[in-house]
Amino acid sequence: MLRNSVLNGISRHRVAAVTGFLLVFPWLMPYEALAVNVLIFGLYAMGFNLLFGYTGMLSFGHAAFLGVGSYGTGIVMVHYGWPWYLAIPAGVILASLFGVVIGWMAIRTRGIYFSMVTLALAQCVYFIFYKAESLTGGENGLRGIKLETIDFLGLQIDLLNPTNKYYFLLIFVVMTLWFVSRVLSSPFGAVIETIRENEKRSAACGYDVARTKLVAFVLSAAICGLAGSLRALHLSVVPVDSLHYLTSGQAVMMALLGGMGTFFGPFVGAAAFLLIEDVVTNITKYWQFVAGAVFMTFVLFFPRGIWGSILHWLRQR
Amino acid sequence: MNSNGLSTSVPASTGPGGAIAESAGSPVQKAAQPILATENVTMQFGPFVALNNVSASFESNKLTAIIGPNGAGKSTFFNLVSGAFAPTLGRIRFQGRDITGMAQHEFARMGIAKSFQITNVFKLLSAHENVRVAAQMRRTRFELLRPRADLKDLIDQADALLHRVGLTGLRDKRAGDLAHGQQRCLEIAMALACEPQLLLLDEPTAGMSPEETLAMMDLITSLAEERTVILVEHKMKLVMGICQRLVVLHHGEVLAEGTPDDIRTNDEVKRVYLGQSI
Repeated sequence: MLRNSVLNGISRHRVAAVTGFLLVFPWLMPYEALAVNVLIFGLYAMGFNLLFGYTGMLSFGHAAFLGVGSYGTGIVMVHYGWPWYLAIPAGVILASLFGVVIGWMAIRTRGIYFSMVTLALAQCVYFIFYKAESLTGGENGLRGIKLETIDFLGLQIDLLNPTNKYYFLLIFVVMTLWFVSRVLSSPFGAVIETIRENEKRSAACGYDVARTKLVAFVLSAAICGLAGSLRALHLSVVPVDSLHYLTSGQAVMMALLGGMGTFFGPFVGAAAFLLIEDVVTNITKYWQFVAGAVFMTFVLFFPRGIWGSILHWLRQR
Repeated sequence: MNSNGLSTSVPASTGPGGAIAESAGSPVQKAAQPILATENVTMQFGPFVALNNVSASFESNKLTAIIGPNGAGKSTFFNLVSGAFAPTLGRIRFQGRDITGMAQHEFARMGIAKSFQITNVFKLLSAHENVRVAAQMRRTRFELLRPRADLKDLIDQADALLHRVGLTGLRDKRAGDLAHGQQRCLEIAMALACEPQLLLLDEPTAGMSPEETLAMMDLITSLAEERTVILVEHKMKLVMGICQRLVVLHHGEVLAEGTPDDIRTNDEVKRVYLGQSI
């Protein structure tokens, strides 16, 4: 009884619960830069999860939105000298526009075809940015994104301090958590779940499946774009492989590892994945082998993922 | 089979005279306009003609059954008038309006709701949420930031509909965990949640036990008191007692239509249903 009411309380106040965890999270990590990475990739996986876990569309091209978000923010800062508070929205908007175009083309297909079309279109984006050297730095990536201190209401915040940087980025993550939570419990959130469950039935209920999918796709792209934008500020460069299909694969792995269709899962997945990378690279450079083995174990034996399995276990007991 | 010599490649717009004349002319406003009408509807799947030149009309506030032996084209007819796909030739009108080729979701928004032959529910969602989300369509579709818990009337409406189909006690159960007959009832509640003027049911008693079948027939009779119901049924005996009108399909064509008494005494129908008591 008590356990159930605690569980219900957590799920009702999921934004507060996740925020609380993320507030203490840096103290649980071996070093802060890793915590910052988990924050950014958790946000990325969350955007992906909105599409995959809640709407039931498996995209293999989400690196496009992470990368375009990064480049959008980076380009306006490096080439046009925009301040960070305009550069972040610029990255998000650019990623959303790419989301409209890619989504508009990809939602005509279903299942594995949808995955393949998103993969192909994301590769197109990769080569466009790779070739546009004067704007993007091509192979070397976009360098020279500087954000060392910010003035906030007369308060000087030194972002070279990783702890400060973490909490600065956390503000954006918490705002997104709130937004996604609201979307999921909105009427629209109910509709995307019906599309995941049964497209035909959803259409027979009077919902325009194609349009709903497109809106979900663009929202997902915008969130991944924000993650990319924050990543550009964090790394102060945009590596071209942020658009690479392996980065798309990371979103899939993180979401599945953490638990698709759960609110907190993407952050758990991002933390697990990046910790494996961090720990195993100290032992062998073939860390991807270990990550792959762990991933396959989860897909085969714990398809609910880490957080999904924990939730299931707590509810069953 | 292809008696009036239609070729597979003829597009709808250049179809036989009937279709053009009907769609070009202004809709005739008669006193008793049928709620649903098909005009020379033909449906071909490759070389196979599933429906051939079917014209039928359905009056408001009546319970009409479409019957026929296996392969008669009942399900094809159902899919056409419920918007699952568009006919190869011919027009479909709803309240006088040409709705041929409209998207599935537009059918529901106009007031045509359906239940599927093979049960189609949102399996991972609760029974209540299944009905609630169906009821939500009339109110809101793209609201992103308002909590759906605020829309109390929809929650109550879903509860009332669950009560109507006898699923109140199973409100919070996952739809996928319900028994087959219960899922069929749930589907009817979902169809009702769209507040349809026209309710289309495709073999609503398929796979049900005799007791469940009787309860379903009672439910359908009571639903038909408030709106138009068209029922596709394989078992003729089942619908004879409750419907006001019957349309008998055979080999993709209308074999007979009329009241249950007309159908019972129709020689053609007797021949098709040879050996079965009507």
